[in-house]
Amino acid sequence: MSRRRIGLALASASFAWGFASSVARATDISFWTWRQEDKAAYNELFADFTKANPDIHVKFESFPDENYPTIVSTALAGGKGGDVIHTHAYGWLEQFVKAGYFEPLDMAAVPSLANQPADALVSGTYRADKKVYSLPFASQTLGLFINKDVFANAGLTPPITWDEFVTVSKALKEKGIYPLANGMGTSWFNEMFVAIFTNPFLGQDFVSDLTSGKTTFKDPRYVAALSKLLELRPYMPDGFEGIDYDTAGQLFLSGKAAMLAGGSFDIATYRSQNPAINMDFVAPPMAKPGDTPQATKFFDGGYAVNSKSANKEAALKLVNWMGTKEFGDKFSALLGNISPIKGVVIKDELLSHVAKLNDTAMPHINVVYFRFEKPTGSELLQGDITKMMSGSITPDQLAADLTDGLAKWYKPFQGK
Amino acid sequence: MTDGWRHAGRPFVWRRSLWISALLTPALVVMVLFVLWPVLSAFRFAFYDFNGLRPSGFIGLENFRQVLFEKPYSDWTYNALKHNVIAFLALMLFENGTAFLIAFALLKALPGHRIHQVIVFLPVVLSAVIVGFLWRLFLHPLFGLVNQLLGLVGIGAIPWLGNENTALGSILFANVWHWLGFPTLVLLAGMQRISKDVLEAARLDGAGDYALMTKIVWPLIAPSVTIVTILTFIGSFNWFEIPYVMAGLTGSPGGSTDVLGLYFYRTAFGSTTTGIQDFGQGSALAVLMFVFVAGVTAIALRYLRRREIEQ
Repeated sequence: MSRRRIGLALASASFAWGFASSVARATDISFWTWRQEDKAAYNELFADFTKANPDIHVKFESFPDENYPTIVSTALAGGKGGDVIHTHAYGWLEQFVKAGYFEPLDMAAVPSLANQPADALVSGTYRADKKVYSLPFASQTLGLFINKDVFANAGLTPPITWDEFVTVSKALKEKGIYPLANGMGTSWFNEMFVAIFTNPFLGQDFVSDLTSGKTTFKDPRYVAALSKLLELRPYMPDGFEGIDYDTAGQLFLSGKAAMLAGGSFDIATYRSQNPAINMDFVAPPMAKPGDTPQATKFFDGGYAVNSKSANKEAALKLVNWMGTKEFGDKFSALLGNISPIKGVVIKDELLSHVAKLNDTAMPHINVVYFRFEKPTGSELLQGDITKMMSGSITPDQLAADLTDGLAKWYKPFQGK
Repeated sequence: MTDGWRHAGRPFVWRRSLWISALLTPALVVMVLFVLWPVLSAFRFAFYDFNGLRPSGFIGLENFRQVLFEKPYSDWTYNALKHNVIAFLALMLFENGTAFLIAFALLKALPGHRIHQVIVFLPVVLSAVIVGFLWRLFLHPLFGLVNQLLGLVGIGAIPWLGNENTALGSILFANVWHWLGFPTLVLLAGMQRISKDVLEAARLDGAGDYALMTKIVWPLIAPSVTIVTILTFIGSFNWFEIPYVMAGLTGSPGGSTDVLGLYFYRTAFGSTTTGIQDFGQGSALAVLMFVFVAGVTAIALRYLRRREIEQ
């Protein structure tokens, strides 16, 4: 071998060694989520983070939604799992915190907590120690999708009050259009369906009375609001008991239905499925003219740090960055979700309109207050609502089942 | 001589023992790790409170008391159990009953019986997930094949899977469609083992098809009936895939399709939309299911074996 070749080989080897050692010095952390569909957006966001923090690389890893709690809890129990974990909020989060799987987030390590509004922080706070364990990532709004073209072609105006809703629905039905696309075939959405249409009849006073222990779900206001749901049945598709949420979406997107009770989390999906759709997202029908528009709001989840992470410092750095306005602006733009971070600018017109609905929105009562212990309000309501809509139980029975079930662990309901 | 034999025999016995152990070890390790250990863990967890996702204290039989006697858990347990019992009875009657008739028809070797045998068995090779999804599409209220066909005769959209009165029946129908070939094959194999002389003698004595079926074939295929009955029982009480795909984890609508498998999964592992995971209560359910299925199977097997001997 000539001297020149030996020299070249040595130079290459030293370059490779230098390159490898520089890579080895970088910290690789993983981000676990159930949102596979958001992979491209998160990778773009993480690239921005790495640009500002060249020593930290973030790997996006996703798991099926349905099995996500099992996968995460199993991994964390074994001392494994992602460094940063995408969590759901409220009761879902609390069971992981109780087990000691997440690191508390404080202002010293995550100063961007200051950018979060108080109601958002509640969704990531453990009730027992009042510490935040998950940095909220998005608020979701539940309301009514309106297919503007269908309304225009039918010569009708989208309803604002309940009475208008009934009148418009009758007219749409006569024209062979399903007024409301929804059915009762998807349990998790049925609970949202109840929240969407009952909240305008309940009002903030009811929530205050409920959470302060003054009343229960047996309250005549709640029973009356549930009874209103029965009036929707003639305006839902034929065989609505078996229509799932995906089918409802397709009926709405294809113009076979004029309205769809749904969530702001589907705006981006519907736009990608039918880019030509001319749609609006409004508050559900209010009880009477002059009432405050009342959509339903809840916080979807957040970002938590694995307490067993070997790269806790890097993980906290990432979570802190995910609470900045820079992240929030781009997150909302890329994913069509409403970031709760203060001062975030939402450029999309429809999304910005949805964000305004949040100012007067009601909380998603079951999710925010009654998912902390077993039996959860969700499993009780999801089990009973299909029965009520098919007529096999009454609204009174549903209200009693919900109250009595929750009384197992929710002390203000005990003995009532 | 004796000493020499002993001397030569010991290494041989040792070598043989080692060889047998080496062959058994992998299977034993797999069994212990993936069958015995989870079963024993479930037994242990059933006696613990899970406050959060970790056991937080020994609570004796509390989890069992809750799932058996405390509302709403007890209501959910008995509701699910009721559907498993209905599933067992319905599958015995419709799946195994039809399988017996088809097997008897195939036994007669009518023209085209071979192709019929393949057609009947074909769905068995499909995965339960595919079958469940397929039938969910067929039974869709608006776009499903079943309602489209009924629409031709003027019958409106029926929400097969959305109505409490039709949902369980629809899922059972899909299950029968999926599994019909299996009992057919087992019963046919049993029938083919009956001596031709016996069948011909019965014919010569003037036995018609009905008499042949009930007086000759049925008693003589008792061992096959035992197998089919026991497998149907175990399958009915461990039923999960098709109800999960067609009705979801909550056994919708309103729990009308809930079965013990779904209830156990939901309790132990939770779901994103209902919240809490409770390994303790879930393990108690798993233990009860295990004890029930193993106990009833043992008793039924004893009874059915005795019946085989008597006949």
